[in-house]
Amino acid sequence: MSSQSLTAQEIAEREYRAGFVTDIEAETIPAGLSEDIVRLISQKKGEPEWLLEWRLKSYRHWLTMKEPTWANIHHPPIDYQSIVYYSAPKQGKNAPKSLDEVDPKLLETYEKLGIPLREREKLAGVAVDAVFDSVSVATTFKEKLEEVGVIFCSFSEAVKSHPELVRKWLGSVVPYTDNFYATLNSAVFSDGSFCYVPKGVRCPMELSTYFRINAANTGQFERTLIIAEEGAYVSYLEGCTAPIRDENQLHAAVVELIALDNAQIKYSTVQNWYPGDKDGKGGIYNFVTKRGKCLGHASKISWTQVETGSAITWKYPSCILQGDDSVGEFYSVAVTNNRQQADTGTKMIHIGKNTRSTIVSKGISAGHGQNTYRGLVRIGKAAESARNYSQCDSLLLGDLCGAHTFPYIEVLNSSAQMEHEASTSKIGEDQLFYFQQRGISAEDAVSMIVNGFCKEVFKELPMEFAVEAQKLLGVSLEGSVG
Amino acid sequence: MLEIKNLHVSVNGREILRGVDLSVKAGEVHAIMGPNGSGKSTLAHVIAGRPGYEVTAGSVRYEGRDLLAMPPEERAREGVFLAFQYPVEIPGVSNVYFLKAALNAIRKHRGQSELDAMDFLALVKEKAKLVDIDEALVRRPVNEGFSGGEKKRNEIFQMAILDPRLAVLDETDSGLDIDALKVVAGGVNQLRSPQRAMVLVTHYQRLLDYIVPDFVHVLLDGRIVKSGDKELARELESRGYEWLEAPAAADRR
Repeated sequence: MSSQSLTAQEIAEREYRAGFVTDIEAETIPAGLSEDIVRLISQKKGEPEWLLEWRLKSYRHWLTMKEPTWANIHHPPIDYQSIVYYSAPKQGKNAPKSLDEVDPKLLETYEKLGIPLREREKLAGVAVDAVFDSVSVATTFKEKLEEVGVIFCSFSEAVKSHPELVRKWLGSVVPYTDNFYATLNSAVFSDGSFCYVPKGVRCPMELSTYFRINAANTGQFERTLIIAEEGAYVSYLEGCTAPIRDENQLHAAVVELIALDNAQIKYSTVQNWYPGDKDGKGGIYNFVTKRGKCLGHASKISWTQVETGSAITWKYPSCILQGDDSVGEFYSVAVTNNRQQADTGTKMIHIGKNTRSTIVSKGISAGHGQNTYRGLVRIGKAAESARNYSQCDSLLLGDLCGAHTFPYIEVLNSSAQMEHEASTSKIGEDQLFYFQQRGISAEDAVSMIVNGFCKEVFKELPMEFAVEAQKLLGVSLEGSVG
Repeated sequence: MLEIKNLHVSVNGREILRGVDLSVKAGEVHAIMGPNGSGKSTLAHVIAGRPGYEVTAGSVRYEGRDLLAMPPEERAREGVFLAFQYPVEIPGVSNVYFLKAALNAIRKHRGQSELDAMDFLALVKEKAKLVDIDEALVRRPVNEGFSGGEKKRNEIFQMAILDPRLAVLDETDSGLDIDALKVVAGGVNQLRSPQRAMVLVTHYQRLLDYIVPDFVHVLLDGRIVKSGDKELARELESRGYEWLEAPAAADRR
């Protein structure tokens, strides 16, 4: 096609837009991992003894573990001794008390990413916790949230101001022994967000954390803990970006959600870590453990994720449906283009009676991208009348990419109702020609078809995020047709 | 408006069109008739720019420009419309959304402002009447689950919205019962205008009872072997294509 050369040129000109580096003085500890490093991190954060003990326990356990090899992903071995486990932008002796004291360069960084933190430009209706490398640099709307009793702050701050809550719930959903990356995170996690919604409170605004990796050779290991007490509701958004770098960087986060009786947590992610270049050089390894526990009766946890970035994605946001009548949902769009790999899906563990779960997974592969859906639905012995609906759709663009589906189903109670649907489709030449014949370019055609394909997931996202997600998808797939 | 000279086209190395000449002026309606495999659809697709057809000789000029040098979307934006014989289904993309994107791409190309949602819906309402298309159909994904007749109606409906200068209708009558044919033909007739040219590609004379052409051409073995007015179509109806076939076949040997 004669438009091919033009398209190629356009792609070359349109890079990963969040790929800039902020030139800021950072306090970085030496690379490598040892008990001393774990102690150093804990000391830098001024942590209580119990937390240091927990870290050390995790570290010692981690030494006995091996990297998982079951995922459908391939990468050279990671040298854990060459990673820097703590890097923080330098600031005065004391942490900034207000935004006025935050380094303007940091505020600029977030502004460039479309996340204004300054008072007058704050995003209406969204409270943001901004995490830069290993530390949280600012949290907006804190006071307003405190008025209704919602605690929203950085993890380090929570350890200081609400140690009883952190101690009670930390590791209660993802134990420190859980898996290789979660255990590593438990040893070296540096910061993250903490959110507590008290009984009967409907959080009046969207809460959001924006993760940014800036420093080179640095891993980001943040930890998020969200607790919704009886009858509480919270909607939480997460966004992530990183600069363009030639080497791979590790991001191993842990997210724990706890929903008590009749509580509801909605967790949405738009993941746009640097995916590497078209030959697969550089990019983030996103090895993340996300799990929610529906502890209470009739509680509900929904995960919605749009995964466009990262060189490799390895994550399975899951729900443990312990309370009777609890509900778990997982809506996912995962895109792999160029040399990206994704092995993602969910686990729905039904323990309580009448528990219900819904899984809608949409995988899009282009270029040499490899996209794997891996899901487990487990109906326990006591889970009377549990129900699951799973739908896994794959869309292929071109002949060099791949889509794989591994649904695991374990049913130990015969009253369970399970439904599984799967489809694989390919954007055909004849479809693209139909669009072109009506005046629509092939690129726009792909984006319209893809957006149509993802509609069911996008409608689960909060409005602003849905628009953002659509745009991101367009950029991620640019150049996937010639 | 459209000037085709000595057009030779191959598909996978096999020559399908073997020297087609055709001249179409604004306001005219031309019918291209011929038996299966004579190259009618190939001609329609080459005009629209479908990939997979290799032009080995000849030229196609549209409004004085080299049509073959333009990518398909540019041809569409310049006013070339193809009503497909087999319109594809596009799951997940609604007909209205699709058409709005198409119309605005064309308007943008013409230097016109994009139509907003309100104006666009008014246009949809007006044109839906033309081919008696159910408005529910307009909101469904493009062609998905449409019957054969609904798909054909949808093509003419799209044509009415996009307002092309040159419309090529590829076997628009195939798969239509007589009532549906009348509706579709009625729609096409209303779209006839002194500014617009139409090329009807058809196997049967039936369509031409309802859309009366100014010129009829017989395409046989990749060449136009005879041209005339609407009377030629009637003659073909009664005599078939055999009487024209002999010299063409002989010529080939």
